[in-house]
Amino acid sequence: MAGLTGRMSTVVKAKVSKLLDRAEDPAETLDYSYQKQVEQLQNVKKGIADVVTAKKRLQMQEKTLQQSVVKLDTQARQALSSGNEELARTALERKNVAQTELQGLDTQVTELQDQQQKLTDSEQKLRAKIEAFRTKKEVIKAQYSAAEAQVRISEAATGVGEQMADVGLAMQRAVDKTENMKARASAVSELEEAGTFDDITQLGSGEDDIDRQLKQLSSQPAVDDELAKMKSELGQGESGETPQIASGGAGGQSAQPGESGQA
Amino acid sequence: MIVRISGEDQYRLADEQRAGLNELDNAVVAACEGGDEAAFAQAFAALLDYVRSNGERVADDELAGSDLILPPPDLSLAEAGSEFTGEGLIPD
Repeated sequence: MAGLTGRMSTVVKAKVSKLLDRAEDPAETLDYSYQKQVEQLQNVKKGIADVVTAKKRLQMQEKTLQQSVVKLDTQARQALSSGNEELARTALERKNVAQTELQGLDTQVTELQDQQQKLTDSEQKLRAKIEAFRTKKEVIKAQYSAAEAQVRISEAATGVGEQMADVGLAMQRAVDKTENMKARASAVSELEEAGTFDDITQLGSGEDDIDRQLKQLSSQPAVDDELAKMKSELGQGESGETPQIASGGAGGQSAQPGESGQA
Repeated sequence: MIVRISGEDQYRLADEQRAGLNELDNAVVAACEGGDEAAFAQAFAALLDYVRSNGERVADDELAGSDLILPPPDLSLAEAGSEFTGEGLIPD
């Protein structure tokens, strides 16, 4: 059979037979195979541990971001009630970025959970096959002549070998996915380190680099909407001409479109 | 005939079912060549379902080599493409 099925079968069989060709003495083949199997099982365990570690890291970041969202929301409200719309906007921009990152993290935690489950299932299947192989290898050694043993060994070893190749594939895919997650986790860490989600009351006057980047990152309409909503909640009607903070002087604010406050 | 679905299980199928498998496999290849993600996903799912519904699951502790091996269910179109051209999915 050609096609996808045939191609996959050929590749796996080639790998399995490479695994079997290493020893000539049947007893040696058996022990060698068994040793390889146990090693592979250890690798799977390690693979699962890696996935769990990656997942925990993302979950910790999620927690931190959730706290930031709450904090920034509160600060935006406080800023707005004290008439500092500019600061409120900054807080909301940061909140917006944090929320976007949170959604991404959430998807990835689910994905990692899925990988963890797959690997755990694979590990159990491999364990069952290895156990069956261990029993069989003793029977083969005890009961069969060398010539007969060769056939039985080949059958048994192919069965386990295939399972090992299969686990190898599952691991490979899990590692690829985990690498992607790590990249995402690092990206969030960088934002954190840059102070993106920091307490905005710690900000100096004026706009810094982070703010300029945030304006690009966060979706402006979403921030505008939220700001308007917050204003109406605080009883500052839309047309309520909230007093603009006198931003003249301190650290050049970049003019918002439609804003004419700057000299 | 024993068919393995990677990352899942081995299934025992009657030899007469080979023709049906072959047909579904050809549909997957055609969809893959067409580069249509949705068509590929549908064709590949049909192939896997055929194995699952017609086959009998092989016990975990049974040591048997497979006659055919199918890629994992979450295979993407891009991965299927590289399966034909490159090293394939299985690492050394």
